Amino acid sequence: MKPAESERGHSLWSDAWHRLRRNRLAFAGGIVLIVLALACAAGPVFSQSYEEQNLDLGAVPPSREHWLGTDTLGRDLLARTLYGGRISITVGLVATFVALAIGVTYGAVAGFLGGKVDAVMMRIVDILYALPFAIFVILLMVFFGRNIFLLFFAIGAVEWLTMARIVRGQVLSIKKMEFIEAARALGLGRRRIIFRHLIPNVLGPVIVYTTLTIPAVMLLEAFLSFLGLGVQAPMSSWGVLIKDGSEKMEEFWWLLVFPGALFSLTLFSLNFLGDGLRDALDVRASKD
Amino acid sequence: MIRFVLQRLLQTIPVVWVIITATFFMIRFVPGGPFTAERAVTPEIMRNLEAHYGLNKPLYRQYLDYCSSILHGDLGPSFKYPTRTVNEIIAEKLPVSIQLGLLSLCVALGVGLPLGILAAVKRNTWIDYVCSSFAMVGICIPTFVMGPLLILVFAIHFGWFNASGWYSPIDRVLPSLTLGSVYAAYVARLTRGGMLEVLSQDYIRTARAKGASESRVILRHALRGGLTPVVSFLGPAIAGIVTGSFVIETIFQIPGIGREFINSAFNRDYTLVLGTVVLYAGFIIGMNLVVDVIQVWLNPKLKFE
Amino acid sequence: MTRRSWRAALVLGPLALISGCGKTAPTAEPPAAGGAPAHTPQVLRYGNTAEPQDIDPQVVQGVPEMHIITALFEGLVEADPKDLHPIPGLASSWEISPDGLVYTFHLRDNIKWSDGSPITTDDFLLSWKRMISPRLASEYAYLIYNFVKGAKDFYEGKTTDFDQVGLKAPDPRTLQVTLNSPIPFLLKVIANHYAWDALPIKVLLRYGALEDRSTQWTHAGNFVGSGPFMLKEWVPQERIVVVRNPNYWDTANVRLDEVDFLPTEDIDAEERMFRANQIDRTQEIPLSKIDVYKREHPELIHIDPFLGVYFYRCNVTRPPLNDKRVRKALALAIDRESLIRNVTHGGQLPAYAVSVPGNVGYTPRARITGTLDDARRLLAEAGYPGGSGLPTIQLLYNTSAANKQIAEAVQEMWRKNLGVNIELLNQEWKVYLDSQHTHNFQMERAGWIADYPDPHVFLEIFETGNGNNDTLWSNAAYDSLVHQALRAKDEATRYEIYQKMDAILVDECPVIPMYYYTRPYLMSTRVKGYSPNLMDNPFFKTIHMED
Repeated sequence: MKPAESERGHSLWSDAWHRLRRNRLAFAGGIVLIVLALACAAGPVFSQSYEEQNLDLGAVPPSREHWLGTDTLGRDLLARTLYGGRISITVGLVATFVALAIGVTYGAVAGFLGGKVDAVMMRIVDILYALPFAIFVILLMVFFGRNIFLLFFAIGAVEWLTMARIVRGQVLSIKKMEFIEAARALGLGRRRIIFRHLIPNVLGPVIVYTTLTIPAVMLLEAFLSFLGLGVQAPMSSWGVLIKDGSEKMEEFWWLLVFPGALFSLTLFSLNFLGDGLRDALDVRASKD
Repeated sequence: MIRFVLQRLLQTIPVVWVIITATFFMIRFVPGGPFTAERAVTPEIMRNLEAHYGLNKPLYRQYLDYCSSILHGDLGPSFKYPTRTVNEIIAEKLPVSIQLGLLSLCVALGVGLPLGILAAVKRNTWIDYVCSSFAMVGICIPTFVMGPLLILVFAIHFGWFNASGWYSPIDRVLPSLTLGSVYAAYVARLTRGGMLEVLSQDYIRTARAKGASESRVILRHALRGGLTPVVSFLGPAIAGIVTGSFVIETIFQIPGIGREFINSAFNRDYTLVLGTVVLYAGFIIGMNLVVDVIQVWLNPKLKFE
Repeated sequence: MTRRSWRAALVLGPLALISGCGKTAPTAEPPAAGGAPAHTPQVLRYGNTAEPQDIDPQVVQGVPEMHIITALFEGLVEADPKDLHPIPGLASSWEISPDGLVYTFHLRDNIKWSDGSPITTDDFLLSWKRMISPRLASEYAYLIYNFVKGAKDFYEGKTTDFDQVGLKAPDPRTLQVTLNSPIPFLLKVIANHYAWDALPIKVLLRYGALEDRSTQWTHAGNFVGSGPFMLKEWVPQERIVVVRNPNYWDTANVRLDEVDFLPTEDIDAEERMFRANQIDRTQEIPLSKIDVYKREHPELIHIDPFLGVYFYRCNVTRPPLNDKRVRKALALAIDRESLIRNVTHGGQLPAYAVSVPGNVGYTPRARITGTLDDARRLLAEAGYPGGSGLPTIQLLYNTSAANKQIAEAVQEMWRKNLGVNIELLNQEWKVYLDSQHTHNFQMERAGWIADYPDPHVFLEIFETGNGNNDTLWSNAAYDSLVHQALRAKDEATRYEIYQKMDAILVDECPVIPMYYYTRPYLMSTRVKGYSPNLMDNPFFKTIHMED
């Protein structure tokens, strides 16, 4: 006899997916993100050139010809914002993923193993926190030139540290819990415990911190372009557009408002999506 | 616990030593030096300048000299501002940054914690959305946008504040609001996340079943565990916030040490770079220690290892 | 602690923190109310960009330092605020020998340091000795040792006997300077640059040996100077306050009582400070605000001409810039007028030659002339018709909003007009300087600003082997003209030689001149008597405040 639909066993992940789908706000957030990403990826093909200048026109507010207005060199802001989105979203996702991968693993291992290993690992984190970041980046550029992967590495190298600390803190607080003891008692290997039992249970704060890291990464990229790493003119990114726009916000408000609005929209969507993910993956949440 | 703290303090020594050594060699391999200027400096002048500052000695000798002067608490004269010593510069500017940092922290905690807790308790209701959205403002509007915006509106348009400077008590308001808003966002979001983890736990359900009032459940039981991620985050965050923020100090022209972290690197001011790095290391190590102690206090199941 | 005291601490804590040291912002004093009209202190609040490294004239090179030093020191010869010609300073008169080799200066009577002690010839001689002493390693020592007999040997340590140097005091009121060869602009150097200023030797010796660098003598309380003002207060990164020097010989003609120098590092913050009436004058204006001020507050914005030129420097050893036709083509394909009108906004003058026009009577006749067709033709002749086949050129600039805009605009001009695609690269300041000095660049943005008002300043840097010739360009004809100019018998002859030099530079284009600088800044209408001049010398003596 086949079990009834509602009683069929579901894996953790399909369970989570179903719950996520039902969270309307999170779902909306996800849709918005996908639309934004598609717009930035494909949009520039249809829009005007992002680098074509019109010096005599200068910066003009939104008009029929330039939906978001133009910048001080007469370039179409919509095109530049979409192009900038490509850079920012890519950098945001990739660099954060790097930080995530390193930070979560490092923090979980340190928290789980505890004792001397934890002490050494955390002292290494302390050392890396204290080293001067600007000098570190300049050195990287001296040795490796200026390419986009260096950008990911430099950002990831800085962001994983706090992620590791947060994960370690979470792991420390749950590793004494019964289900972990049970797994140990069952004789499960350490790697299995860490990756299949510990990490899924610390995902909550990790997801929240990830949604906070992505915007920080986007803004950090603007700082790095100041050092010469990252996109070179005439290409731009949201961080650089917002920085430039903020310097002119009294005269040419659209230069700040539109890139800023897209940036904020991305953040809000990420946030709600993240919250939904967190809820969906929360194994202990009641089903009500 | 005393043993734990002492052990950590002992570990501090190799950590600081590694940091100093790494930084010392990093800054010397970077192109451009303290005397690199737009006008070409003749080789003779360069030689004489380097002799004056001891930069013509072999690198290992300079390193040993520096280590021994650090052991005497002397961080050396600044290369960029040679009439002042690094100790002087830090002594003048650190208190300013600490003031700014602590005030911003008050804003961050005062705004962030209640928002986060409320959002967690009223999960997925409109209160949650409003609180979360309000908290997000601090991240959506970067400090280099919010600062000038606040100045334009409240200092220039309304004339309630100075546009910049750190002269009288009222000058503290705009900078700490700007800096605090960012951290408030992090605090709110991490608190909400942490609280949600805890609110679904069995022991919370037990407390409720036993008839404890909702606020007691939240404040006495849930908060302890729920604050774990925030506390982990706050360790390095506080170290960062009290050593000043480059952006805030530049926008508001505040004579703090935060600007020197970045400017000393750009100026290739070797001694000041090392001095600020040592300072920051001290704060990081100290704060991480405090945070680890607090984690144990919050979660009695943990032990000092 | 009880719960109540926790809450109290939470509230009182921040309040305690807020009430730190309560200093007041420098504000303009309101007029005294009622009674007899009291003398309102005349205070000028001057935005000065960066915190000065020091205020010892012999160890600094920056512009913010220069502004403060002009208030605190006076030279033998000063510059006339209207046209910068040399006028008596601490020296009341001077003679130049017919062969131009010996300058004799007569010190004014009764000149005193700000502590009341007399300024003597010893002060001058020992200051000059200090300036060219190898141990001090002053970056501007060459402004003495390149000209004065025996000074270079002293500087290089070949002799330690200062008597061998052509700097003497035949009697207690007279100074005699003997040169290697006649230098037509020596008085301009002394009048406009602080390298020849005397320092209070007795005060210096209290805090260290003569050749010690950066001792405590420049700290407030120790400092002594010879200028219209003296140092009262120095709060690092906050303000430097100088007040009237009652012992200054001409103090009766000084109307300002105090100048406050504020380190306004951020250009946008500085403009906000001006609007909030925290400073009376800025050093710069954000580009996007220039047109706004011109439209709405033309009385507040000033755009003064300035002795400087902005150019793109080519490394002529690297292809394709080793071909002067390519360089010339690039120079022709820039629409300078559009750049100035639409990008830089500062009313700058387009530059078609290296030398700044109107520089104390010298204006270059040579010009880079040609149409876009000429440019395209040159490029084709060089082997790159329509830009095809041209190796990538990388344009380096130091990170700044203005440099970036200009570079982007020029990049687009070259793309549209010539089909040439260049790559832009921005580097942080010191890395950029390092790249420049090690010649690790193809083309870089650069500027050159005059140390003293004379055409020689812009042309000497292209001599072969000159430390500032980072183009690595070398031209024997040009080099010999440099030396001829120094030996010219009068100014007219000298200027004609400079015309030839400018012509060579226009033909060869080792650098591509873009525009001549201006200094746009904001100044309150309360500031009166300010003398705009090509050297950006604040001339505080001529200023007074009116409410």
